[in-house]
Amino acid sequence: MIAEKKMVAVPDFRYSPHIDHVGVEERASRFTKRSIKAETKVNGLKLTLNMIDLTTLEGKDTDGKVKQLCYKAQHLHDAHQGLPTVAAICVYPSMVSVAKKTLGDSGINVASVATAFPSGQASRDVKIRDVKYAVNNGADEIDMVISRGRFLQGDYNFVFDEIAAVKEACGTARLKVILETGELVTYDNVRKASDIAMYAGADFIKTSTGKVTPAATMPVTLVMLEAIRDFYYKTGKMIAMKPAGGISKSKLALHYLVMLQETLGEAWMNNHWFRFGASSLANDVLMQLEKERTGVYQSANYFSID
Amino acid sequence: MAERLEVLKTYKIYIGGQFPRTESGRYYVAKNKKGQALANVCLSSRKDVRDAVGSARNAVGGWSGRAAFNRSQILYRIAEMLEGRRAQFIDELVKQDSSPKDAENEINLSIDRLIYYAGWCDKYQQVFSAVNPVASSHFNFSVPEPTGVVAIVAPQNFSLLGLVSVIAPVIAGGNTCVVLASEEKPLCSVTFAEVINSSDIPGGVINILTGKPSELVKYFADHMDINTVVYCENDAATKKLIQEKASLNVKRVFFYDTINWKTDEGQSPYFIADTQEIKTTWHPIETVGSAKAGY
Repeated sequence: MIAEKKMVAVPDFRYSPHIDHVGVEERASRFTKRSIKAETKVNGLKLTLNMIDLTTLEGKDTDGKVKQLCYKAQHLHDAHQGLPTVAAICVYPSMVSVAKKTLGDSGINVASVATAFPSGQASRDVKIRDVKYAVNNGADEIDMVISRGRFLQGDYNFVFDEIAAVKEACGTARLKVILETGELVTYDNVRKASDIAMYAGADFIKTSTGKVTPAATMPVTLVMLEAIRDFYYKTGKMIAMKPAGGISKSKLALHYLVMLQETLGEAWMNNHWFRFGASSLANDVLMQLEKERTGVYQSANYFSID
Repeated sequence: MAERLEVLKTYKIYIGGQFPRTESGRYYVAKNKKGQALANVCLSSRKDVRDAVGSARNAVGGWSGRAAFNRSQILYRIAEMLEGRRAQFIDELVKQDSSPKDAENEINLSIDRLIYYAGWCDKYQQVFSAVNPVASSHFNFSVPEPTGVVAIVAPQNFSLLGLVSVIAPVIAGGNTCVVLASEEKPLCSVTFAEVINSSDIPGGVINILTGKPSELVKYFADHMDINTVVYCENDAATKKLIQEKASLNVKRVFFYDTINWKTDEGQSPYFIADTQEIKTTWHPIETVGSAKAGY
């Protein structure tokens, strides 16, 4: 592993590309102008469902709530035949074993946030143990948060080393690195943090915890997708992307898919390489799919609460 | 000096406390009987219906949760605002073929009708509630509760009075509504939306669309998030369509097709009761020893 890592020369992150603020927002808004109708829309919506990390990250989460969410993941809307399942359930480390047991061999992954989520304000030792606890309980994916404070202080080595250490602790679990873009202030910082995360060993880069506003936005996601593209050109290694927080409408999800397709291309258009971190998105997508199937506008009353 | 050009009003629709144009970008020309063009009016589409229902649904919780007395105050406030705009409404009614006398009468009746329903806001509950005798130790009572989102196809003939007569009882009862205004006489509906917008009515409680019933009734009837449909015309095929589609989610359906809105027949607490659900509660009461059950 170490020998392999050394083959990729780690650049000086101070020289990460600068982002054209106006240009990126302009470009991102273009993706919202595509007309996606009928069959294409249905396929897009089904793909969206299949990319969702159904999430519950609250202090009040109980075993019962997590079991219910796991049931929902497997039975999104039984009245509608042939729907895919979601990609994963995303929970706190203490809920991993319950989720793992409930999901069984359904093929749905268990993702766990770790490393003192959502603030990340803890010692490295605590963070590593948090990760190992989740992994030992059966988590397939780990969502870590970077130390934003250290990053903003310019202590990039610290952030890099921390991600690398967590990656090591993950073992075979895939690592998602949450940048918490809402706290990074500028697109330049987002780009820089993306580069650090990818070179340090991230399997995914993820926008937000969902606990800070603004969470995922299209321009921020575009900056990260472009970082992934540049990284791919440089190293030949594919990195996955997960926008999270604030994506609750299916139309917006379709805009994201358009952006993904037009930035990274076909190879990324599946749930191995792209996820939506969301809780209420699933029901909105289901309502749209039912609208397409039955021809009538739907009511939230007829869909399960997760 | 050049003669001044009059600034004409853009007649837009009213959704969620905003005045957007129809998302479809379409319009039709409202004309009077002589064929003179009065205004370009939004020809709303099914997506406007969808948006309006979304706004109405979001507003249900807040509006139905208000104190009945507060709803009463707000209805009264609409009447106050309407009074202040009386000249504008008379002008529009006359443009739409009313005689000045009829126009005056219609605005008076409309204001009075709002006051009438303002009064009923905190009273219909007593009238339609009941304590029911039951053969067990329960306190059993029934109370009306708002049904939710009400879709209304307003009367064609009375541009203002018809609109007020169907909206007032619905919102007095704590429902929110999506109204399709008179297709032939749409001017007053848009101006009435401006009145509502300055009357403390929360955004989304009343949504007013202009357009063709023939195009939009279907979506009123089959939208799963609408709880009641009110239809004020007498078209047999449309009535049948509404009844069939409404069965999808068991909507309440009311046809106010024979009502003369100019008379007292046009106002009654039973219009409020139409869009209410009756909830019955069984409340256990204590039985101490061999004593009789008491409240």
